[in-house]
Amino acid sequence: MRRAALFVCAAAAGLAQAAAAQTLGDAEAGAARFDQCAGCHVIGPDAENGIGPHLNDLFGRPAASVAGFRYSRAFQRAGAKGLEWHADTLSAFLENPRQIVPGTRMSFRGIADAQERADLIAYLRDFSASPADIPEADPTAQPTDHDLDPAILAIQGDPEYGEYLSGECTSCHSREGSDDGIPSIVFWPEDDFVVAMHAYKAGLRKHPVMEMIAGRLNDEEIAALAAYFADPDG
Amino acid sequence: MRFNRRTVLATGAAALTAPMVHAAGHGKPRVVVIGGGAGGATAARYIAKDSDGAIDVTLIEPTRKYYTCFFSNLYIGGFKEIDEIGHTYGKLASDYGINVIHDWAVGIDRDAKTVRLTGGQDIPYDRLVVSPGIDFVEGSVPGWDLSAQNTMPHAYKGGSQTQLLRAQIEAMPEGGRFIMVAPPNPYRCPPGPYERVSMVAWQLSRNNPTAKILVVDPKESFSKQALFEEGWQTHYGGMVERIGPDFGGQNVSVDAAAMTVDVDGSIEEGDVINVIPAMKAGQIAQDAGLTEGNWAPVNPTDMTSKMDENIHVLGDATSQGDMPKSGFSANSQAKVASNAIRGALTDARVFPAKYANTCWSLIAENDGVKVGATYEPTDEKIAKVDGFVSQTGEDAALRKATYEESEGWYAGITSDMFG
Ligand SMILES: Cc1cc2nc3c(=O)[nH]c(=O)nc-3n(C[C@H](O)[C@H](O)[C@H](O)COP(=O)(O)OP(=O)(O)OC[C@H]3O[C@@H](n4cnc5c(N)ncnc54)[C@H](O)[C@@H]3O)c2cc1C
Repeated sequence: MRRAALFVCAAAAGLAQAAAAQTLGDAEAGAARFDQCAGCHVIGPDAENGIGPHLNDLFGRPAASVAGFRYSRAFQRAGAKGLEWHADTLSAFLENPRQIVPGTRMSFRGIADAQERADLIAYLRDFSASPADIPEADPTAQPTDHDLDPAILAIQGDPEYGEYLSGECTSCHSREGSDDGIPSIVFWPEDDFVVAMHAYKAGLRKHPVMEMIAGRLNDEEIAALAAYFADPDG
Repeated sequence: MRFNRRTVLATGAAALTAPMVHAAGHGKPRVVVIGGGAGGATAARYIAKDSDGAIDVTLIEPTRKYYTCFFSNLYIGGFKEIDEIGHTYGKLASDYGINVIHDWAVGIDRDAKTVRLTGGQDIPYDRLVVSPGIDFVEGSVPGWDLSAQNTMPHAYKGGSQTQLLRAQIEAMPEGGRFIMVAPPNPYRCPPGPYERVSMVAWQLSRNNPTAKILVVDPKESFSKQALFEEGWQTHYGGMVERIGPDFGGQNVSVDAAAMTVDVDGSIEEGDVINVIPAMKAGQIAQDAGLTEGNWAPVNPTDMTSKMDENIHVLGDATSQGDMPKSGFSANSQAKVASNAIRGALTDARVFPAKYANTCWSLIAENDGVKVGATYEPTDEKIAKVDGFVSQTGEDAALRKATYEESEGWYAGITSDMFG
């Protein structure tokens, strides 16, 4: 029983990362990083295919779809299976190309650092259509789950009550903030905590245990937990 | 005891009767709004409505009747009459207590915090909202300037220009040619020129079916392109031709006397020539030093100018990131700014900024399409986070429903602006 619970909690770690506040990359820093790509890829006005395909209008396009470029079988398969280039798929691909498209001819180890990837992606993004000009163009940021009644976000939680309630959380989540297998929930900005819990409560974020736990907490209790975990030592 | 929602609600009534105000050494705090369009009228109304008289709101707008650009293409297509898209400021004055001044703002003294009117009066403000829409970049289409607008209308500001363009199209000789010079990015209403082409085609296919339409375009691609091109093919097969930048669409000049367009050296004659030049923020924003390049940069969380924390710039005049220049966007930005302004001038609570946009376009009778998205402030800009767009090949019932939705939106946004 205990093991099963741990397993589902571990699966939530990825979700927690996805919901963390969006930091956009810095396109200028990304321009410098593009040196690693420039041996094979060209980008910008009049860019043409080289050893690799040109990277203009990359966002929103299916993998292996640039006219006139001869893709590896691996890439053709990935494209046919529906891989499209967006910020998230690019980030996964750039982190470990061979894991996303096994058999790609692109000889690149990958970029481990998330910020470096974000910078590079921000740079690449500048060469695709902007949503200001073409509203349907690919998003430039990930949404935060902010679709919450502002009145709920405005509730001031009672940290003492939160401390009492937190006992239920710390059965799985470390009060010291370790995130081995189970995400840390301490020192979160209060709003993010409230938004995340309400997203579970509404079934917008999926996780059986968290949906169940959040489902029986009322607005004041969630606010109280948020207030407590924002500064558990305070 | 801690403050929770219930105590806030319980004290709400008291707060209403005695609002705390932060005015610098004079009575009520004062907000002045320049421009009574999608951004300005919405901001004036929301600030007046939500502050319940605690803030003095003045709206400066030269015209007595605001003709919306939104749905102006439907007027050109014959689906609307001009009176249906004109709105007055009467209710903003009578129902919301807004001081509406029909005059031009000719200058802003940012140190003295006053707005100068044509007559020389200075109107003082604690916070200023600037939503003047667009003006045109001089020389962007060689041969065209404002003195040519009665021969070659832009019809990209509402009212008389729209009426002129429709009258010209109705008077076109049989089998004549309509030429549009489309604008470069960024410009107000990304699908606007292409909805216009659709509505001109609708009008001509009924009254002048051998007429032709030529679009000369400096842009590689444009919003809802697949949807428009599909629609032009099915409804108006062969009537519409478009020359993009690959064939000289970016190298264009006009001769208003000769009624010709020079497209990369080839001279095209037109019976009606609709020139939509490159755009920039309304002149007053430039004159007040609120712009950088052609547009006024703003902070993504509250639409304050990056040049002046006491000024909020809204709508088409801004550069803010990913939001297209649209009436819907301007209306959405106005609500965020109004909340921030009430927070700064009274004890109103300020909520996190959320923005949205949807643009509907009509391709033919009952053939409506739309594109929409939500946006959030990030450190750098207002960023698109999610969106949708109509698909090619949708069935007629869905397209009709989409058109009906746009009718509902028009009624909604105009009453959101004018009460
Ligand atoms: C053909 C066409 C179709 C469109 N269709 C749509 C659509 O379907 N949906 C949509 O959302 N948007 C549409 N738009 C775009 C929409 O009209 C604009 O984005 C919107 O009006 C911008 O609002 P704004 O407040 O920035 O400017 P405006 O609405 O243009 O308002 C500016 C106001 O400021 C006044 N003003 C300017 N200078 C001064 C000054 N110095 N002193 C005092 N007042 C001043 C002007 O008289 C004007 O009334 C369309 C536009 C066009 C041209």
